Amino acid sequence: MTDTNSFWEQSRVLIVAGKGGVGKTTVTAALAVAAAKTGRSVQIVEIEGKSGLSRLFGSRPLSDIDQQLAPNIRGRQITSLAALLEYLNDHGMRRVAKRMIRSGVADVVATAVPGLRDLLVMGKIRQMQEARVADVIVVDAPAAGHALAFLATPRRMEQAARVGPLRSQAERAVAMLEDPSRCRVVPVTLPEHTPVSEMIQTAEWLTSQAGVVLAPAIVNMVNPDVSILADQSAASLTTAADRAGLGWPEELIDACAQSAAFAVARGEQQHAEIARLAKETQLDLVSLPLIFEAEVDRSGIDHLADAFTAGIQATDRSATHTAATGLDATNADPTANSNGGPR
Amino acid sequence: MNPRLTNVIERSKIVIVCGTGGVGKTTVSAALALHGATQGLNAVVVTIDPARRLAHTLGLDNLPNRPQQIDPSLWQPHLAHSSQGASDDVAAASAHTDSSSTAGATAGTFWALQLDAKATFDDLIRSQSENPAQAERILANQIYRNLSGALGGTQEYMAMEKLYEIESSQQFDLIVVDTPPSRHALDFLEAPGRLNRFLEHPVTRLLTAPTRLYLRAANRAMMGLLRAMSRVVGAEVVEDAVAFFGAFEGMEAGFRQRASRIEAVINSSDTSFLVVTSPRQDSIEEARFFGRRLRETGQKVAGVIVNRVHPRRTDRTAEQFAADKETSETDPTLRAAVDNLARWEALAAREQDQVSGLVADLGATVTVMIPQFGREIYDMASLNHMSESLFAGGEK
Repeated sequence: MTDTNSFWEQSRVLIVAGKGGVGKTTVTAALAVAAAKTGRSVQIVEIEGKSGLSRLFGSRPLSDIDQQLAPNIRGRQITSLAALLEYLNDHGMRRVAKRMIRSGVADVVATAVPGLRDLLVMGKIRQMQEARVADVIVVDAPAAGHALAFLATPRRMEQAARVGPLRSQAERAVAMLEDPSRCRVVPVTLPEHTPVSEMIQTAEWLTSQAGVVLAPAIVNMVNPDVSILADQSAASLTTAADRAGLGWPEELIDACAQSAAFAVARGEQQHAEIARLAKETQLDLVSLPLIFEAEVDRSGIDHLADAFTAGIQATDRSATHTAATGLDATNADPTANSNGGPR
Repeated sequence: MNPRLTNVIERSKIVIVCGTGGVGKTTVSAALALHGATQGLNAVVVTIDPARRLAHTLGLDNLPNRPQQIDPSLWQPHLAHSSQGASDDVAAASAHTDSSSTAGATAGTFWALQLDAKATFDDLIRSQSENPAQAERILANQIYRNLSGALGGTQEYMAMEKLYEIESSQQFDLIVVDTPPSRHALDFLEAPGRLNRFLEHPVTRLLTAPTRLYLRAANRAMMGLLRAMSRVVGAEVVEDAVAFFGAFEGMEAGFRQRASRIEAVINSSDTSFLVVTSPRQDSIEEARFFGRRLRETGQKVAGVIVNRVHPRRTDRTAEQFAADKETSETDPTLRAAVDNLARWEALAAREQDQVSGLVADLGATVTVMIPQFGREIYDMASLNHMSESLFAGGEK
């Protein structure tokens, strides 16, 4: 796994961003595990926690105090309230900070100054980056449309506030966001029409409006490659089963044929969407497989981490857009360490 | 009572469609309104769809911030189609609504609106201000411009504002609201109340009071905190805030009244809530959370629509599949076929468990399962297909 080093070394901060339902939190965990498997220390940051991130590691919910999630992986949450409190402390207002929050003054000001919360949270991430709290810092960005606002806030605040402490906060956050040696955004999407269309729009917007730098995009929940089943009808399966002397009941043959037709159609559509995404965004893409287990658990995360590593290696080897590379997850390096512990 | 989705639509003036993002909420909402239109109602779907998917589906480049009628020729073929080709379910449903006994001749109208939060907020300011000068002062204020953009809970609040505006126009028999994909699905319900609380907060009142009065009445402790805050966030920001709230002088009462009226509309018995979810764990959890919160406010989830369900195709057990896999070892195609089936069956079975757990929890009287289509919905034909699945095929 030597050739993923350049990916992990390029920037300390990776902000994982995507719409709800694309499996952003799972991807965050997979990235963390993939980095930890290279022996790096990893800090996971969850914003305004709600996600099931800690559950993926079988741990209790994250708080604003670091907790160990796995060897080499720590996790914590950043809430805007805690960030505000810390900011006030840093500005010599330890004494009034608590009162400000209790009386609601902080809340009213934060409401009246939209973006203040996001800016302070981003400021906290920047501090962590500057303090080098870990080799890799993976941030699970807020869900839904809020992720865009979250990433664009520093620039907007920079433009809105002409002078004052907020402006310098905003400037420093923008400096980090725009520097690919400090921070990159990992966009996550699904190989489906609407999510791909949204990702094409979002990728452009993130680059031009938020000024961030994009890492390879992740296409999550890609179905396994079933091209071998293309054009298999109930009749052809019956013939094959008879030839092999299996005596499969008609019911099984029919179900197999229906399921094959379904999977082949979905596979083709996913293929086309991945190709469209590659063409329109010019981003490197890494495909992660759909996990069929109802709930993704630690072994599922390991599997995804290995698929991610394999995908990054593929993008490293060929600068071309290998959209279909990860299609068959079972092709992921079988020798890859899957016990989860870094050595 | 026959617990059918059709009945929910018939007895409701407003249908609020909730759920996390990425579960096809917008398509379902549009399909519900479309169904209303085919039943002879004047139906409108209010959507918050930044990707403008719905506009494309409806053959429009853009949806405006006001209801726009969808070209009847786009969706009426569906009416003709379903009254002939037609499952009995659809025919039975039509018979319920007296006016549509001769479907086709009595078609309603189908409208759509895409929320523009900023334009809605601007309109609201203009309509609530005492004079144009006051409106302009607010619209030009930096804080207002931040506030009215895509930040914070503004979108949720404006969705409700738009709902209220449309409801008051009395132009429609059925209003379907596609709610923003909130981190917390209930944000939009609480948005008007949140504005109320914000306007009533002592600090806000302090800021909104006329200047001299505010100096006199100023609670010293509060002023101290505010001054401290201005040291941290910059005096300029606090000045902007003071100017912003100052500009609102005289308008808070109107806002408060309006927010209460919106709450009344939401809580009315003519308003129904539908939850759209995928059969996936995270989406189900959100739906469960939403149902619980809704119950706390005295409301109830009328129906659950589970979108993109993988169908069961066989009763084969895991043990049988294991045997099938073993015997097909020698033939790669057969082996792949049985592997493929076993995988999707296992997924489908788990989905079933998740969904029945949710339905029991929510106590919803209507559950509709929409299968995962091989191809996704993004044209009018597939929107019709979705509408048919909702009201005919998929009910359990």
